[in-house]
Amino acid sequence: MPVPKTPVQNTITITDDCFLSLCTGGKAQLMKIAIASGKGGTGKTTVAVNLALAIEEVQLFDCDVEEPNCNLFLEFELEPVEEVICLVPEINPDMCTLCRNCSSFCKYNALAALPNKILSFPALCHGCGGCSFVCLAGALKEKPRPIGMIEKASPESSLTFICGTLNIGEAMATPVIRSLQRHIDENRPVIFDSPPGTACPVLSVMGYADYCVLVTESTPFGFHDFLLALEAARALKVPVGVVLNRDGLGDSRVEEFCRAEGIPILLRIPNDKMIARLYSEGTPFVKEMPEWKKKFEDMFETIKALACKNTGV
Amino acid sequence: MKICISACGKDPDSEVDPQFGRCNYFVIIDPDIGSVTSIKNPGSEASGGAGIRAAEAIAGAGVNTLLTGSVGPNSFSILSEAGIETCSGIRGTVAFALREYQAGKLAVLESPNASTHSGIKKS
Ligand code: SF4
Ligand code: SF4
Repeated sequence: MPVPKTPVQNTITITDDCFLSLCTGGKAQLMKIAIASGKGGTGKTTVAVNLALAIEEVQLFDCDVEEPNCNLFLEFELEPVEEVICLVPEINPDMCTLCRNCSSFCKYNALAALPNKILSFPALCHGCGGCSFVCLAGALKEKPRPIGMIEKASPESSLTFICGTLNIGEAMATPVIRSLQRHIDENRPVIFDSPPGTACPVLSVMGYADYCVLVTESTPFGFHDFLLALEAARALKVPVGVVLNRDGLGDSRVEEFCRAEGIPILLRIPNDKMIARLYSEGTPFVKEMPEWKKKFEDMFETIKALACKNTGV
Repeated sequence: MKICISACGKDPDSEVDPQFGRCNYFVIIDPDIGSVTSIKNPGSEASGGAGIRAAEAIAGAGVNTLLTGSVGPNSFSILSEAGIETCSGIRGTVAFALREYQAGKLAVLESPNASTHSGIKKS
């Protein structure tokens, strides 16, 4: 749909321009595609890795920071890029007047006011800096606490691959994802392997993408999780397409639903012995089955065209 | 001595709620002077760190003993810092839990018996 149905007043020309630049020129090439699924184990990482290997000049970001496993398939040599830190408060008890400004400010409940002291819970702190701002006694200092790591594949690797890892026991995936996103080269297309589920970290990946590919299996559970992920993508107004994994197993409910809702099925990965074997050996199947390289390339072209079509909506 | 029981309601005949961080009310009973009060658990509506707000509130209320079910590590560290003795295994009504405690039937918690986030309500 080239022109929005209800053009926003005064901005119609700008909308048109945006649309044109997206369709005709560079911008469509710079797509950011999130590969997501309502739960883990649906083949999300397989799709992300195979798609990235099939398209040249793409950047792959492993944003599943709690369990990054793209590199189990890629087996690249990784180099550290940066440590992700969170600035957490440190309280000087000698200066603290027990005014409780900090603990009542902290909406993440990372500070607790006891009758005789303030206790801090760094694992809950989001590093917003608010508590040191409201501490008029100057008893709060911020100190850096490492929560994760950004690594990238060594330069001789065949693909630009950047991976974020949340340290064990840490709860906050989103800051690690944000740090990852700062390493995007805006001149090349991007593929994100999203975290599974529909919580905050996923939304921070989907919300950053121009298109979202939902990987699912057509089983009752698969369908249920697919609907949750779809709801998230729709809330963020990101256009969605579906990859049916282990197609042939299960029923046709995802397919029927997609047909009724006008959601494109971009690719079907059959329940194939060869694919399953390569998967279990940790080999991306585009490497061994060249016909699939073409299928993933076609899927990428379809996504580009669809993302174009969707910009007017 | 103030004894606090995590509960669904405000009264001695309310059902207990074994989820410390997420219960609705804390019923605070002082058997020595025969007083019964209650406070709303500020953690019941917190999106995260519920146990921290809950423990902070009962520490602020000057409670000596807490009778509840499950306590996570964050709450536990506040409770022990505040010198509050915590017993687990409550069931039935608030009054029943208190009687069980007085009969020595509730075990004192030496360490947290739940993980962080275990009380998050699934939507
Ligand atoms: S920095 Fe923000 S999140 Fe962290 S303790 Fe202070 S107020 Fe809470
Ligand atoms: S705001 Fe500062 S002075 Fe007040 S309780 Fe917190 S640390 Fe202490």
